[in-house]
Amino acid sequence: MSRIHVTTTINDDATEFLCEAEATLLDVLRDELGLTGTKEGCGTGDCGACSVTVDGRLVCSCLMLGAEAEGREIATIEGMAEGEDLHPLQKKFIEMAALQCGICTPGFLVAAKSLLERNPDPTEEDVRYWLAGNLCRCTGYDKIIRAVLETAADMRRAS
Amino acid sequence: MRYEAPRSVEEAVTALAGQTGAHVLAGGTDLLVKLRSEMIAPELIVDIKRIAGMREITAEEGGWRIGAAVSGAEMGEHEGLCADWPGVVEAAELIGSTQVQGRATIAGNLCNASPAADSVPAMVAASAVARIAGPEGTRDLAVIDVPQGPGKTALGPGEFITSIFLPPRGARSGDAYLRFIPRTEMDIAVVGCGISLSLDEAGRISGARVALGAVGPKVILVEAAAEALKHRALDAGALDDLATACARAATPIDDKRGTAEFRRHVAGVLARRVAVIAEARAKGDTA
Repeated sequence: MSRIHVTTTINDDATEFLCEAEATLLDVLRDELGLTGTKEGCGTGDCGACSVTVDGRLVCSCLMLGAEAEGREIATIEGMAEGEDLHPLQKKFIEMAALQCGICTPGFLVAAKSLLERNPDPTEEDVRYWLAGNLCRCTGYDKIIRAVLETAADMRRAS
Repeated sequence: MRYEAPRSVEEAVTALAGQTGAHVLAGGTDLLVKLRSEMIAPELIVDIKRIAGMREITAEEGGWRIGAAVSGAEMGEHEGLCADWPGVVEAAELIGSTQVQGRATIAGNLCNASPAADSVPAMVAASAVARIAGPEGTRDLAVIDVPQGPGKTALGPGEFITSIFLPPRGARSGDAYLRFIPRTEMDIAVVGCGISLSLDEAGRISGARVALGAVGPKVILVEAAAEALKHRALDAGALDDLATACARAATPIDDKRGTAEFRRHVAGVLARRVAVIAEARAKGDTA
């Protein structure tokens, strides 16, 4: 079976890859492109560890075929920091210890960034509902929610 | 497995008709789970998102045509659709997480044919119509006639849904959807209820469509509930009769999500609450 040739943009870089029809975008990111920051948790769209954005829309990369990426703009956790400069959400997660084992963290960061781009002043309820599709078995969520709310407040003050 | 992303409805129909067991890919939030779990092993996946119009919501004859690949998130961001059919939009937005919302479609929710599909009772209450393309051409089929039982639809070989049409909202009318789940988010309906009401100038109900989900093998349109409400104000007596009609119409099973007895009761409870919201919206409440 011939592999599918896909031309896409990942973290603002023009990218080409070959994939099998069955390969998910998550498979391609991790196994073809070496972008292993995006994690596989459940593989069925329940846990959010594989969150990326496609044309600015938050999705689970495990629920999308690699072939569907043709012509789209993908953003992953690898594109979040500017070189050595961490994104404010990344800094705040570290400062407030909003992670333990870290498997869910890239997904939470990508999802939280997507929220703050749409809504710079979310309520706690907004944050909890937006992140309901990101599961964390370590933190109990509280530190994550507070880190997102504090980052939002910092970013509002800075702008 | 092969993947094709045709640019036209005709090419998609040809591809689907030419391969037994081919599957349509729109949002993929059910399809990819089935692929991964090996519930299905199709030779061909036909991605319909590159076909013109599939990702668009367009005004048509006073109503709205929603392309088969429009996601729940896109519906929720569409002001005109939210103003006319808030019940359909709120039902679509209950499906899954933010991530799932970014991809999941109401056409896919319908074709997956789960008895507990959230958007289906809301679409049935709204008298929604599915447009279906196939080898014999295009046909329109009422949404209520699409699901035939768990996992089964009325679509024939080579057919797929290209859009869902929501009719003109009409004056003094409103719709709403609620479901019962044991938590606040990310769960499957134990019971779902969608209601669309129209009021006359005196505020009495001139037309009602009441639909229940997850209390039978497919969505149930409760004709007796519509009859019970007709020409009445939505007072305590009318709400009692509505609840009774819904509890009677429900044909649920016992399963891990709830007992049949509980589901019948909840069908009535939800119908009361949904009717009150739909009436408030019919009277101009935009909350």
